[in-house]
Parts: sequence; structure tokens; C-alpha cells
Amino acid sequence: MSFIETQPLLAALIALLGLGATFGAILGFASIRFRTEGNPLADQINQILPQTQCGQCGYPGCKPYATAIADGDAINKCPPGGQETIDALADLLDVESMTLDAEHGEEKAPKVAFIREEECIGCTKCIQACPVDAILGAAKLMHTVIADECTGCDLCLDPCPVDCIDMIERKNGIQHWRWELPSDNLIASDRAAA
Amino acid sequence: MRATHSIHGGIHPTEAKALSAPGTVLDAGIPDKLVLPLSQHIGRQPDVIVEVGETVKGGQVLALGDGPMSVPLHAPTSGTITAIDDRAVPHPSGLTNRCIELSCDGADNWVALEGLSNWREVDRTALISAISQAGVAGMGGAGFPTAVKLNSPATQPIRTLIINGTECEPYISADDTLMQIDAPAIVEGAEILAHIVNAEEILFAVEDNKPIALAAMQEAVDASDSNCRREVMSFPTKYPSGGEKQLIEILTGQQVPSGGLPAHLGIVCQNPGTAVAVREAVLMGKPLTERIVTLTGQALNKPGNYRVRLGTPISHLLAVTAFDPKDNQRLIHGGPMMGFALESSDVPVIKTTNCVLVPTEQELPTPPPAQACIRCGLCAEACPASLLPQQLYWYARAKDQEQLEKHHLFDCIECGACSWVCPSHIPLVQYYRAAKGSIVDARAEKTRSDRSRDRFEARQERVERELAAREAQRAARRAAAQKKAEQGADDDPIAAAIARAKAKKQTAEDPQSTPAGDDQS
Repeated sequence: MSFIETQPLLAALIALLGLGATFGAILGFASIRFRTEGNPLADQINQILPQTQCGQCGYPGCKPYATAIADGDAINKCPPGGQETIDALADLLDVESMTLDAEHGEEKAPKVAFIREEECIGCTKCIQACPVDAILGAAKLMHTVIADECTGCDLCLDPCPVDCIDMIERKNGIQHWRWELPSDNLIASDRAAA
Repeated sequence: MRATHSIHGGIHPTEAKALSAPGTVLDAGIPDKLVLPLSQHIGRQPDVIVEVGETVKGGQVLALGDGPMSVPLHAPTSGTITAIDDRAVPHPSGLTNRCIELSCDGADNWVALEGLSNWREVDRTALISAISQAGVAGMGGAGFPTAVKLNSPATQPIRTLIINGTECEPYISADDTLMQIDAPAIVEGAEILAHIVNAEEILFAVEDNKPIALAAMQEAVDASDSNCRREVMSFPTKYPSGGEKQLIEILTGQQVPSGGLPAHLGIVCQNPGTAVAVREAVLMGKPLTERIVTLTGQALNKPGNYRVRLGTPISHLLAVTAFDPKDNQRLIHGGPMMGFALESSDVPVIKTTNCVLVPTEQELPTPPPAQACIRCGLCAEACPASLLPQQLYWYARAKDQEQLEKHHLFDCIECGACSWVCPSHIPLVQYYRAAKGSIVDARAEKTRSDRSRDRFEARQERVERELAAREAQRAARRAAAQKKAEQGADDDPIAAAIARAKAKKQTAEDPQSTPAGDDQS
């Protein structure tokens, strides 16, 4: 008589335990062998954030804020991204969208820093403040902004001892004009009432 | 004649081309002042090289092209530069852009022009440069710099040159007129273009609603010699057969791949006006400073095709054509299908102005308010690009960029056939234009933010590296100081100095101890 027939209960138990141990070992091996570096969710969130690196959210850059969101922080602390970013984040995280937290600032048109070069004294303070190395210059020599690389974060304004930096709108002019979506449908009877 | 093909969709709006009497060209004269916008083409704005107060002659360069995607601007007549400032320009936004104001002296003195009469022997780069320096940009409506279009890479040889005389948009008859009066010049211009791109054949495309132009083109082709195989092709009138991709399908049966260019099929298309401008640029060195403009609409008492100097204010043209303001509502730049309304008549004619339409309210009523989409599907039947306008409409409203791209929004040629057939009068094209704009912006922002992220991370890494290096230096110094302190707890620096001095003195007194080694020899 085989063991299965004499001890069906024990046999089943051993079989299940055996299966459990095997799959556990496989899973354990996979979790070490195929370990993902970093936090993939934070990376996905970081893809959505505008990369202004302005710190208005209270974190020193977009990546730290992305990590904080992945850990459960609110998604409405990014003024440069505005409502569009909040909506995209809500979509990604599958949570209810919200409006921008006014405490962190308001949504503004994208800007670019401009150094009034005749006033610049060459102190390099703005160069040190720029999070994306978009200011070019050396000590006691004039500085200038690489406009294409500037994120418009405002971080260079405060350190400037002679206040020679202006923030100007990045998208003004006819080249940046875009057609607007037509205003919502209005049926003839509504129009008479309006 | 070889067989033509048919395209999907299309519409047959009222043509109203007879109103502007195609076949005769009238002169619009020289106004007191010309306003010349720097940007009259797609691409970069040229750099102004004249100053206010400077006297210029006709044909003189006022602004120099800045890079390959830019064309220079020339004075259309002689006079004095009286202002360089921001003015209203013909653009759907109604915004201003940098313009040069030229007060004409009426003498119309020109600089001496020099052409290349032996163009068949001239290198193609020299010809392309002559075309670029003459400021030629596509005159069909988009204003793409012609030289760029001709400068296709060697990996994509051009076999076929198409001269697009379709002019499918209602009302406009500028190309029709040009073909009727100047067919030999168009044919010669096409020869030059074919020589530049090294094409094997030239196809002249004319819709069958222009029999006189068709006959004139055929006659001009028969009367001239060529190295290319040439054919004048006629096909049934349908809007928008003149769309570049549509025309290629009609003539060759081939479809330009989605997102591709005609050059991928070995084809390049040019407008008849552009062909004439190219001929003048090459043979005479004459810059593009005037064009034929259809001034039409029932609110004009003298509609017609006029030869207009670029920069002529539309208000001047309204005076020339005896405009009757009492029953006019709108001023349209371009045709009724693809044109846009102008906010004021104080804007100038530019290189891409093929028509100024001044309709009465009865003639072209203001569209009634849009109603809800009833999902009738007429738009999908009319779409010449075989798109699904209704789906695009819903996605544009929902701002669903992913789906819009999946449904090939960027293959939309904005011809307006869908809006024209829409029983609910939904301004569909405006939805597509807005959606395209926001997708273009979003793509640009994405590239920007990706670059910012890389730069931020690179900087972060550098700052950390520098900090670590400084920390390591500090630690090394600290360790050295500590080691020294441990070793020499007894020998204070003064004792050490005395010991060193003693040792030195001893060395001086006792030469044997020097390691010179003379004694051993």
C-alpha cells in the first residue's frame, strides 16, 4: 500500500508544503535577481513634472518632489506645471484631481531670465543658484543666460546683489500664437435666451 | 494622356471664379506707402540691414536671410524707409509683427539686375542660391522657402516635378490667370526647377474647370523643347484636389505615407507662380517683389486679378477695386475654404496672399452657431485624407492628445471639407488647429523638460562630486595633522629646527659624509 493511500492527509500536506517552498524559493530568487533599481513610480511621476527645479513645492527640485508624491504627498504643489500637470498626475496615480494649492504660488506663463548685462557686476552668485547651469560667466566678467536652457525658476533673482535680472515671458509674439478651441456648443434656442 | 486617379471624399462648393474674370491682369498701382513684414514665409525672420531715413531703390535687399530656413526681403519700388516697427500683419491671430515701412517716391527706380542666361550650364547649388537670394517662397499659400524644397538630399532622388495649377479653392483665379497669360514663362520656370532637382518628368496639373489655361499650357509645352518628358494633365474638378498629397494621388495613384513628404516618393510640387518667380530670379536676377492677387467678392465693384506690389495695404486695394462698404461684413485673406478673417484692412499683401475676398452677407453668410454633433458621418465621407473627423472632434474636445495622434490628426490638411458638409455647423477645422497647436507645444515642452532634467541631474552629480572631493581633502588634512601630533608629541617644532640646523652644520664641516663618492674612485 502506498503512502498516499495510507496517509492521504499527510501526503496532501507534504505536497502543498513542498509546492509552497518551491514557489517561495523561486519568488525569493526573482526578487533578488530581478530587483528594480530606484523607485519606478517616482520616475514616472518625475516624467510628468515640468522640471523647472524651482523648489516652489518645498522640495529641492522635481525629483525629490516626485519621490515625495510616490510616498503619498499631495499632487497639487507644483505651480509651474499648473492644472495640466495635476490632472496628468491624478490620471497616473488614479486619484481624484484637485486644484493648485495657492500656498505654493500660482500658475504663470512660462518665463525666461534675462540679465541686464550693463548692470551685471560679475559676482557669480546667480551661476551658483541656477539649478540647470543655464547661466554662463566668470568672476568679475559679465554673465548671461542661455535662454534655451533656462527653466524660468526665479532662483537667480534673490541672490543677485544688484537686482539686474528680469523674468520675461517666454512665449509672446506671433510665432507662439495658437488657435484656441472654439467656445462650447451653443444651440440656437440657447442663444436666443442668452 | 495617361489616366488620372480619384481621391477619397472631397466636395463641390460654388466656384464663383468667373466673378474675378480670369485671364486679364490689372495693375494695382504704387501706393504712397508699402508695409513689408519681415516674416512672409515659414521659417526664421530675416535680419534688417537698412535704417530709418535711408533711400532705397527697387530690388534692393532690405533684410538678409538668417540661415537656410529664411529668405531675404527686397524693396518692391524706390523710396525712403520711414519706419521699422511692429504693425498688424495678415495672420489669423490679428497680432503685430516687425515690419519695414517704405514711403514710395513714385519714380520706381531699380537697382541693376543680373541673371544667369546660361542656366543649363550652371551648377545646381548656384541656381538654388540665386533662388534663395531672390527671396522666393512658395506662392501657393504656405510660403515654404523654395530653395529648401529644392535642396533635397541625394538619398532621395526626385523623379517627378509637379506644377500645381489646380487652384481648387472657390473664388481664386490668380494661378488660372497666370497660366492663361504667361504659360511660356511657367513652362520655362518648370524647366529650370526640373534641371535643379534633376527630374525625369514634369507634370502640369490643371483642373478641368480651366479650359483656357489648359489649352495655353498645352500650347506652351508643345512650342518648347525639353530634356524631360512633359505632360499637361487635366482631371475632374473637386475640392481639395490641389492639396499636395491629394494631387499626387490623383496624378500618380501613389499615396504619400502618413507623416512623410512627397520627396519620399521622388516627387516635388511647385506652384505656377513660384515657377515664374524662379524663372525671373534665375534669368534676370529679379527678386520676388510682386504677385498676382485675386481681389474678389460681390462687395467689390471692380473685382479682378491685380498685379500687386508686396507690402501694398489692403485698404489701398479696396479703394482701387471700388469697395462698397454698405453690404460687407468680412474681409478674408485667402479663399473661402481655407482663408482667415482679417480684423482690419490696414494689413499688407505678402508673398502668400493669393486672394482677398470681400463677400456680401448674402453671398457668404456668417456661419450660424454650432449645434450638437448628430453623428451623421458626412464629415468622414468628405474627408480627402480618409480621416475620421468626428472622432477627432470628440478627442479634440476631450484634449486627448494620445488618441488624436493615434487617429492621425497630423495628416489633416485643414481643407475645411468636413466643416462645409457638417449639418450642425461645427467649426471642426478650428478644433483640429487648436489640437495640433497644443500637441506641438506639449512636444516642445517635453523635449525642454527632458533636457532640464538631464542638466539638473548632471549638475547635482557634479555638486556632490565636488563636495565629496572637498570633504576628502579636509579629511586628509585632518588625518595628517593628527598623525603628526601623535608622532611628535615630544619633539616640538623649535627643537626640530635646532636639530636640523645642527645636522646641516655637521655636514658642512665633514665633507666625507657627503654622498659625492669621489673618495671611492
